[in-house]
Amino acid sequence: MKWWKVLAIVLMLYSIIGGFLIDVPRLPILHETIRNTYFHVTLWFAMMILMTISIVNSVRYLSSGDKKHDYLANETVNIGLFFGVLGLTTGMIWAQFTWGAFWVNDVKTNGTAITLLVYFAYSVLRGSVDDPQKKARLGAVYNIFAYVMLILFLWILPRINDSLHPGNGGNPAFGSYDMDNTMRMVFYPAIIGFFLLGWWLVTLRIRLKNIQDKLVEDV
Amino acid sequence: MFRLKKFSLLLVLSLLSTLSFAQEVTMADAMRESGKIYVVVAVLSLVMVGLLAYLIYIDKKVSKIESEIDKK
Repeated sequence: MKWWKVLAIVLMLYSIIGGFLIDVPRLPILHETIRNTYFHVTLWFAMMILMTISIVNSVRYLSSGDKKHDYLANETVNIGLFFGVLGLTTGMIWAQFTWGAFWVNDVKTNGTAITLLVYFAYSVLRGSVDDPQKKARLGAVYNIFAYVMLILFLWILPRINDSLHPGNGGNPAFGSYDMDNTMRMVFYPAIIGFFLLGWWLVTLRIRLKNIQDKLVEDV
Repeated sequence: MFRLKKFSLLLVLSLLSTLSFAQEVTMADAMRESGKIYVVVAVLSLVMVGLLAYLIYIDKKVSKIESEIDKK
């Protein structure tokens, strides 16, 4: 077994055990739910890394035409989307108990929903084209557009408008106010853990695709 | 019995302290003091271990199929 798979397992277990047992700041409204930072926020960070790998490989595909880059771009989006849906639903549960409703029409929440739809459209687009080369090229071009939307809706608009999310609309994030150094001891390893777990799934899906390709070649 | 008494005393005292410091933020302290939070952590860890073990199993299976295809 590769070393990073072992690292993924260790980090995931560490973030569960450390995430529940290590002391957290005592803040009103949040109370113990501050621990969601280790599981909800880290999922989004892992998704960001996956989507960034995806756009890099889409650009690489456009210049190389290598099937390998297309598969990488496609599967990172698939797993990224999976993480995104998990992030959105876990965020809804958290919002219900801290902001008072499952959906509060927050700029970032709405932006996330739009972004996920944009990426779902990527999957639909790929699925609707039969010719593999055309599918890969269309997918790569669309993926660049989707990433621009992601940056716009998740990173720029929430900072221009008022958002309930920390770090947006003038709210501090990662400051001493809502995250201290003990929290960072779990937070950053958890991001790496979730990303490696996602990467593991990505490589598995790519390997299955390669097997499928070989079977088609043989027939 | 002694433990129960100790526990109820603790409960009363902690209730008193929350009353006297009403602005203090409530956390799952009682859960932690009675030690039962570890039960939750154990359950969740086991679920994680199970899922990861399943992932390893699938990974191995894919590797096996890959080597079979390469042999052909």
